[in-house]
Amino acid sequence: MTLLATPGQTVGPFFHYGLPYEGDRDLVPPGSPGSVALRGQVFDGAGGGVQDALVEIWQTRPDGTVAHSPGSLRRDGWAFTGFGRASTGRDGQYAFSTLVPGPSEPGKAAFFAVTVFARGLLHRLFTRAYVPGDGAELAADPLLSSLPAERRQTLIAARGERGFVFDIHLQGARETVFLRFPGH
Amino acid sequence: MSGPAAPTLGSQTVISSEIAAIAAGYQETEGEENQPRLDYPPYRSTVLRHPTHVPIEVDPEAIERSAPCFGDRDVDPLDADLTIGHPGEPIGERILVTGRVVDGDGRPVRGQLVEIWQANAAGRYVHRRDQHPAPLDPNFTGAGRCLTDQEGGYRFQTIKPGPYPWRNHHNAWRPAHIHFSVFGTCFTQRLVTQMYFPGDPLFAFDPIYQSVVDQRARDRLVATYDHDLTSHEWAIGYRWDIVLTGSRRTLPESEDAR
Ligand SMILES: [Fe+3]
Repeated sequence: MTLLATPGQTVGPFFHYGLPYEGDRDLVPPGSPGSVALRGQVFDGAGGGVQDALVEIWQTRPDGTVAHSPGSLRRDGWAFTGFGRASTGRDGQYAFSTLVPGPSEPGKAAFFAVTVFARGLLHRLFTRAYVPGDGAELAADPLLSSLPAERRQTLIAARGERGFVFDIHLQGARETVFLRFPGH
Repeated sequence: MSGPAAPTLGSQTVISSEIAAIAAGYQETEGEENQPRLDYPPYRSTVLRHPTHVPIEVDPEAIERSAPCFGDRDVDPLDADLTIGHPGEPIGERILVTGRVVDGDGRPVRGQLVEIWQANAAGRYVHRRDQHPAPLDPNFTGAGRCLTDQEGGYRFQTIKPGPYPWRNHHNAWRPAHIHFSVFGTCFTQRLVTQMYFPGDPLFAFDPIYQSVVDQRARDRLVATYDHDLTSHEWAIGYRWDIVLTGSRRTLPESEDAR
């Protein structure tokens, strides 16, 4: 039996009292041991910051294992749940406090799984923010190595102050590589 | 009144003719598009916000084949009742909205998070950017959450949201809807969508609803009235099932190879 999927619709401009919650972007307390920032800006095709976007991340622990801990909505400050949600500010900026993910499979490079929602975006977009490394594991990664160099670069976070910077371009010369999974 | 001139908005006639042209083009393809078009010019804000490259097909890795875990500590059962938590009763038509979240094989998605948000009965959101001159309701916020049960079921008690104007074009009104955010058993099933009410006269005029160009797919966004769910002297019942993309499991090699 194969049922047809329910279509997506835009998150619209008014999600701010429905989806954000206290501590949504802090997978670990900022400044705690091992914490890093993952931040960036969401841009539209004219280079403007998207002020009504929502970015979600889902990631492994530093050792590459997947957390099965509840508590993302009411964090206790100790359990690492691997999930975070951040709405963008006026200039399209978002920021998470989290841990550095490890590779979830041997031979693959480590990444944050990223989902993007916005007013004017009719269906969610999936992408990956790869952790910048020494280059060898990124070069060997099957997805990254299948892409032309300039597009591959859009998936690799830059090193920034206390962590990583991952800008998301919905459109334009630096349009981010977005992903489609089998069955979609 | 004086002040800065309002930006010129297109007419409904222009928007409706664009919607009709896209629909006619789709009819000719004899295709089956199950999702909205990201590039849908009648919804003006999509113009600069849709990717132009075809998405890259990729097999999900272990992290993407799993999903965040939510539990009793995350969600209070009272969060599913949007009519409580204020000093008085909200104004409007009290409704029950229930259904099941299932995967593409019809298997229930158990214990997962469903979040909703909506306008009040007058079509006004509790949001500072909502400038619609309709009243706020001191007894209604319009945000709720629940976890699906063992059958994938969810259930909310709320009030029926009103239609509201927006600035896509002149005299643009959204059909009444409830925003839904749903998690599956894989992160790749993540879905944000909107549930509509049957028979809404605004469907034909709304570019967001019409961005799903296939009528059969659009129909899957519309709840059905359920008289058995409707409760005596209390509330009108609507049923709406949500089907997430694909299946929770990876097919065994033997099935994969078929
Ligand atoms: Fe809305």
